[in-house]
Amino acid sequence: MTDFSNLTIHEASKLIQSKTLKALELTEACIGRAKKLNQQLNSFITICEEEAINRAKKVDKLIANGQKMNPLAGIPIGIKDLFSTKDIRTTAGSKLLENYVPVYDATSVYSLNNANVCIVGKTNLDAWAHGSSGENSDFGPTRNPHDLSRVPGGSSSGSAVSVSSGSSLAAMGTDTGGSIRLPASFCNVVGLKPTYGRVSRYGVIAMASSLDCIGHITKTVYDNALVLNVTAGEDGFDSTCTAQKSDDYTKDIEKSVKGLKIGIPKEYFENFDWKIKNLILEAVKKLEKLGAKIEDISLPHTEYGVATYYIIQPSEVSSNLARYDGIRFGKTREQFGSEAKRRIILGTYTLSSGYYDAYYLKAMKVRRLIRNDFVDVFKKVDVIICPVSPTLPFKLGEKVSDPLQMYLADIFTVTASLTGVPSLAVPCGFIGDLPVGMQIIGPDFSEKLLYQVGYAYEQETNWYKKTPKI
Amino acid sequence: MKYEPVIGLEIHIELATKSKMFCSCSADYFGAKPNTHTCPICLGLPGAMPKANNEAIKFTQKFGSAIGCKLLLSSKFDRKNYFYPDLAKGFQVSQYDLPFSEEGFLQIKAENGDLKKVRISRAHLEEDTGKLTHATINNRRVTLVDFNRSGVPLMEIVSEPDVESAQEAKLYAQKIRQTARYMGISDADMEKGSMRIEPNISLREMGTKTLPSYKVELKNINSFKFAEKAIDYEIKRQTEILNKGEVPAQETRGFNEQKGITVSQRSKEFAHDYRYFPEPDLPPLHFTERQSEKIKNELPELPDEKYQRFIKKFNLGVYDAEILTREQKVAEYFEEAAKAGGKAQISTKVIANFIINQKPNIEKFLPADLVSQIYRKTQKTYIPDDELEEIVKKVLGENKKAVEDYKKGKDAALQVLVGAVMGESKGNIDPQKAKAMLENLLTH
Repeated sequence: MTDFSNLTIHEASKLIQSKTLKALELTEACIGRAKKLNQQLNSFITICEEEAINRAKKVDKLIANGQKMNPLAGIPIGIKDLFSTKDIRTTAGSKLLENYVPVYDATSVYSLNNANVCIVGKTNLDAWAHGSSGENSDFGPTRNPHDLSRVPGGSSSGSAVSVSSGSSLAAMGTDTGGSIRLPASFCNVVGLKPTYGRVSRYGVIAMASSLDCIGHITKTVYDNALVLNVTAGEDGFDSTCTAQKSDDYTKDIEKSVKGLKIGIPKEYFENFDWKIKNLILEAVKKLEKLGAKIEDISLPHTEYGVATYYIIQPSEVSSNLARYDGIRFGKTREQFGSEAKRRIILGTYTLSSGYYDAYYLKAMKVRRLIRNDFVDVFKKVDVIICPVSPTLPFKLGEKVSDPLQMYLADIFTVTASLTGVPSLAVPCGFIGDLPVGMQIIGPDFSEKLLYQVGYAYEQETNWYKKTPKI
Repeated sequence: MKYEPVIGLEIHIELATKSKMFCSCSADYFGAKPNTHTCPICLGLPGAMPKANNEAIKFTQKFGSAIGCKLLLSSKFDRKNYFYPDLAKGFQVSQYDLPFSEEGFLQIKAENGDLKKVRISRAHLEEDTGKLTHATINNRRVTLVDFNRSGVPLMEIVSEPDVESAQEAKLYAQKIRQTARYMGISDADMEKGSMRIEPNISLREMGTKTLPSYKVELKNINSFKFAEKAIDYEIKRQTEILNKGEVPAQETRGFNEQKGITVSQRSKEFAHDYRYFPEPDLPPLHFTERQSEKIKNELPELPDEKYQRFIKKFNLGVYDAEILTREQKVAEYFEEAAKAGGKAQISTKVIANFIINQKPNIEKFLPADLVSQIYRKTQKTYIPDDELEEIVKKVLGENKKAVEDYKKGKDAALQVLVGAVMGESKGNIDPQKAKAMLENLLTH
């Protein structure tokens, strides 16, 4: 069998639509790879072989009939097992939903199905999307394909790994505090956390509703834009989804960064691994060479990010998980893992009468201050560049016993979550064999601009071509 | 020591919107097969999100405006977190600090006949829960959940503790029901469960003004009659405790219909902490001053206004006006009939009396038909005397047998002839008059 594992969507789509490559051939290859690698990587909870093959056959037939198709038609993709998929079990990575089969599709899944993607399977995740390493999954941890002894980052662990390891060409994920950007960065793939409200949340099992963003992971920036073209847009089922029209994100993606103002926030470059810091600054230099202007900026409330996030997020988690009360879904609350229990207890406490003002309300006020930092900064610069993670992918088990250390993995990502602004995680090099990513953050609904910056950088570096040796 | 009751009421009314509060399922679930009016949203399935029903919001604002509330220009939904098997999501979407309307009042007639104001602190919108049924299936005692009711829009009206007796509480609740029906937002039927009353009762020393240190909330009340009974029982119970020098416990008590008593359900120690916080799935709502004005200006005539107008315009007594305006349909029927009656020179008083005493089926009987019926009953004769004489003569000519019988002394035969005359004149004649004329012609 030909090796398709390095194909991008952009390439594969051209081949499929020109009838050079059959969607079936590509899908079978991806399914085969997913099955084979799953023993090692554990990136899928459920592999949807039959559905994917049927879809691929349908696409081939339509193309043979001369039908004009979306570029995603016939493209094998992974779906984080947090997205409701009609008739395909959806576990949220928890044994509590081990036997839950949704009766409906999440809006984003519906849109992708309309574009005729081939869903390879449901990807592994930290249960309920609680976690930064992928180790919290009740279906076992996912491993980093670049180093099997290390974590792939979470919570969209399986999504990042399925793309990175060539089992799918894209994968849907969710990002509440960094859950797309962190695993993307740890696995040398491109991850987008769109603006809050850019992509419908309907049908995606809620973690913290005011923070959850529906995004995706791809090999390249261009591919990422192709997926957003399908998932972005208004949804009558999600009142927090914006009515603002979405862009054509691939159009003008080659636009130069000449004259673009990039802000470097000093708070994000203090006290962490100097090797990572240097890689990011090198990337910034590269963009400067391409004509961007670099400015030092300050986001003064950054230090309160994690504390604020870990008040608001568990508060909402405690409410969102209340429906799994043991009466329906076939399993009792005993099936909640310790991380879910920890967040339920934290959130119940911070919302309790007498504590609400001191915790939840105060956190909401700080959240506003953090947002104001960003609003002010975006009056001066077009985008911000900063690291995704203060560390390299860590060893499995290294942080599981220390939840606080685990929470701090989100230190650079939670602020974009709290403020709702979009952030694109792009690979920016390796330290040894371990990948490093950077964030390109822009104002609300500036995804198109983020893609242009990411694309310009990617054209210079092509880090995505360095695939894991598995 | 003499005590006086301090009563506040929470009243829930299901709104008669087409669809449920946060999804497109039909809200008209009464009598439907269990779990047939459901979808991922009202079942609280993982990932489902609410979408607010604008009609329900309008209904609440309309009602709020009708009870003199001010409509808030900024409002939002909040989550009220608690566990109960009929609560699909583990929280109820409700409104906490920014309800759609607040600070209104209703007037009721106090026992001494004076008008009394009951202040209303707020009318807000929330969603109803599912319904539990306890049953025995295959010898196993089970509890079944029906989610048809889950997510039906529910308006909650909270009064200030201005009510001072069971009778007043009943009058207040009836006024709420009447207003809801006038606004066309609900059938507010207690038996069907589309209206529910939860009184809060405590007692204070006569003449003091401070609120007591405790209150007792009553639940499970399914009719106005039971509301009165439950409150009266509770007043008696609390008086006895206070007379012993003790203070009644702060708790929730349920009314037991069979025994006519209240029973403790939940004490203060187990009171809920609902952990309210803004519903993150529904953005805050903003309205303009103009929108509130428009809602106010477009209100239909309120019961009190109609009552006053009926007294003035139709010259009705307060008793008649009260009865005729109790239900909007009856009031409208009366007005139609009064209009028709005016042409036939029938007084509104006569029409009012007829409607009040005869209770015609207003669904079937047109107001104009009612008027002609009254006309027939009240007019001595409709047909001029010479015409009547001709009819009578004709009847006598056609009913030889009855004439013979009458002459033989069979009085019943006269009734046959009267009947025939009534038939011939299509009822447009006073039977007494027909009888007199028949007798006259038969004996001469």
